[in-house]
Amino acid sequence: MLKEGQFRNLSGCAISGIFSKDGTAIKGDKIIKSIKIMHDRSNGLGGGFAGYGIYPEYKDNYAFHVFYDSLKSKKECEEFLDRHFEIVNLSKIPTKKVASITDEPLIWRYFVNPLPHKLVDSQLEEREFVCRCVNKVNTFIDGAYIFSSGKNMGVFKAVGYPEDVGEFYRLDEYEGYCWTAHGRYPTNTPGWWGGAHPFALLDYSVVHNGEISSYDANRRYIEMFGYKCNLLTDTEVITYIFDYLLRRKKLTPKESSLVVSAPFWSTIDKLPQNEKEQLTYLRNMFSGLLITGPFSIILGYEGGMMALNDRLKLRSMVVGEKDNMVYIASEESAIRVIEPNLDKIWSPKGGEAVIVELNK
Amino acid sequence: MSLGYVYSEFEVVRDIQKCINCHICEKECANEVHSFSSKHKIMLADDTKCVNCHRCVEKCPVRALKIVKTNHAFRENGNWNENLIKQIFKQSQEGGVLLSSMGNPNKEPIYWDKILLNASQVTNPPIDPLREPMETKVFLGKKTDKIERDENNNIINNLSAGIELNTPIMFSAMSYGSVSYNTHMCLAKSAKELGICYNTGEGGLHKDLYEYGKNTIVQVASGRFGVHKDYLNAGVAIEIKMGQGAKPGIGGHLPGNKIVEDVSKTRMIPKGADAISPAPHHDIYSIEDLRQLIYSLKEATDYKKPILVKVAAVHNISAIASGIARSGADIIVIDGYRGGTGAAPTMIRDNVGIPIELALASVDQRLRDEGIRHKVSLVVGGSIRSSADVVKAIALGADAVYIGTAALLALGCHLCRSCQTGKCNWGIATQQPDLVKRLDTEIGTQRLINLINAWTHEIKEMMGGMGINSIEALKGNRLMLRGIGLNDRELSILGIKHAGE
Repeated sequence: MLKEGQFRNLSGCAISGIFSKDGTAIKGDKIIKSIKIMHDRSNGLGGGFAGYGIYPEYKDNYAFHVFYDSLKSKKECEEFLDRHFEIVNLSKIPTKKVASITDEPLIWRYFVNPLPHKLVDSQLEEREFVCRCVNKVNTFIDGAYIFSSGKNMGVFKAVGYPEDVGEFYRLDEYEGYCWTAHGRYPTNTPGWWGGAHPFALLDYSVVHNGEISSYDANRRYIEMFGYKCNLLTDTEVITYIFDYLLRRKKLTPKESSLVVSAPFWSTIDKLPQNEKEQLTYLRNMFSGLLITGPFSIILGYEGGMMALNDRLKLRSMVVGEKDNMVYIASEESAIRVIEPNLDKIWSPKGGEAVIVELNK
Repeated sequence: MSLGYVYSEFEVVRDIQKCINCHICEKECANEVHSFSSKHKIMLADDTKCVNCHRCVEKCPVRALKIVKTNHAFRENGNWNENLIKQIFKQSQEGGVLLSSMGNPNKEPIYWDKILLNASQVTNPPIDPLREPMETKVFLGKKTDKIERDENNNIINNLSAGIELNTPIMFSAMSYGSVSYNTHMCLAKSAKELGICYNTGEGGLHKDLYEYGKNTIVQVASGRFGVHKDYLNAGVAIEIKMGQGAKPGIGGHLPGNKIVEDVSKTRMIPKGADAISPAPHHDIYSIEDLRQLIYSLKEATDYKKPILVKVAAVHNISAIASGIARSGADIIVIDGYRGGTGAAPTMIRDNVGIPIELALASVDQRLRDEGIRHKVSLVVGGSIRSSADVVKAIALGADAVYIGTAALLALGCHLCRSCQTGKCNWGIATQQPDLVKRLDTEIGTQRLINLINAWTHEIKEMMGGMGINSIEALKGNRLMLRGIGLNDRELSILGIKHAGE
């Protein structure tokens, strides 16, 4: 049977996100509680979390979370990291035995900084350098997979139900200003931890529910710019699209939402001239990055979170607010279970981005 | 000696019991097939002159006529088929180059027919175009690399001039001269109504048609017929024609009898003189020269018109396309070997060039491998026969398609493949005033509008089935395609999987 990444993997899912606008620390068990109630939206074949603000003591270092199949691949990867980075700290990621989580790979964490002379020689901007190093490891070092590479954030994922995955990684011991979670319902059988979600690159992480019909149009477009879609999943290509638009093209999160979930021409035609021009430009310029088919996604990034639906809203997604807290989930129940007394709860329209950022 | 005689290909069958001797068939046939026998008081037919265009059949008020393929036969031979034998008879009689019209009719593989489309089931809902918006608008032209902003942080529109189409279909180049005034009028009017473009071909632009400029692509070809400053500025874009799918590597020849008064004025050549386009552009012997012509045309039009470069699909097409993309062209047009023509040497038409499906797939992939696909748009033609072909072409990677033959069929062409005679009974490929007026421009325009609207509706249905609600998400989306009955090599060139995979 083919491994994950060797076939196109379709999946349905549950997603959830919590954001604290004033930066108040949220403990990891809260997001576990939220995703757990949507148990039936996953099938035990993948679950994961992304936490932001969880490594304040290493906030200026890139935090690499790595899966290894063997000690050999670990040795090979560490040699590579040694050649390119200053390793500030390294350790196993603490885990706890959970009956339903089995076959775990070696799971390591490194806090690193690019070696200054390597960075200068590469003639690359620092984040591009890190991004390319991550891609190199993932593509060329057999059995090594860097699944988290941002600063002051981390992804934790595994094959299993999300609540078990959260317990396995002892997320109750972490706290941060933002959490996202994912429970997976793939229609093919994945056997690989790297295939679980969130999918992350640098500080961008994506959890996604849906099946995009534009996949191959998006993939073939984004691959022109040096990205390699190794996993053949929607989430992977969506993450690359946001990395391209936000980091490389310097669009704002709002503008990037207008590219991937663009308003219909019939809507654009009714807008004032200036807005019409901007939207027409974005649709024309990035036509290969329009995403169609059902999706709801939560994009996490440094200091912010964006939730977005497809243009027709073919996947459920609700947003709730209470004081400085913002909650987003596939189902209202996943919000009510952690915050029963909301100030406000609503269902964003198709293509309407909900963007929350830390108060300045 | 009677060696020159070849039994006619068709027989005119007349039901004498129905025929009322009204002589309409006689008047309608420019080939002079029908005549009245005063001795026998019946209409007769000279089968040898019949081209099987169905004009008489459709005009016969009592439905007394039909045309059948003759069952007169040569001795069967798997190697020497009837066509080859007849060609030899004809050439040994006349000593000339064989001429043919319209596209290659031979039984080579048609890849469109070996590609199947996807539809959504369960994991992803199909979308109903009658109830949800379904978008087919397309922009052709190059995209920039850099986002620029003004002092208010608004994005500045730094895209160069392009073409906007309501649906990804255009009418391909057919020159005034090879086709009639009325044909051009129908193409221009319907293009305007549909929000798409037609193409003047290499015959200049009749002064009456300048008002349709927003829907016109003007062509500059090797003969430079009808090219002047106002002409270049008259349309929305300029197409440099380097080659044509029906006759790659050779020029064109419009016989003097088609160069009537108006055609002569429009082409800026003497009346009655043959219009001969050279095989190459004599100022373009290399890719650097092409760049110079592209920029000359841009200079002449103040950088307000995108430049299309049209080439025939030949063996090395992906490298050629890559060269064109790097030469300043905004849009590349690739014309497949099945593409139509008013006249081409038969041997060239039937033996030179490659199928558009393969050319498109390899060009699109090559431009992506080089990271420049977004810097140029890709339009394909030759031959696109239905809305399904359009959908497949876009999923393989085209931005839009050109249709020529399909548009002429809508206007009444019956594909008799005799355009080179100039005696088109349907008023399309002719300059004889009595024949030209048979094409009613109002009816013709409406029929073209109907055709494109019908295709667009079908495209929307197919897209909706795939769960796609905008054409840009279909572009290059090869996972939506599967091959049937194709070998590994063909699948790998097309970049698609086989059905069942």
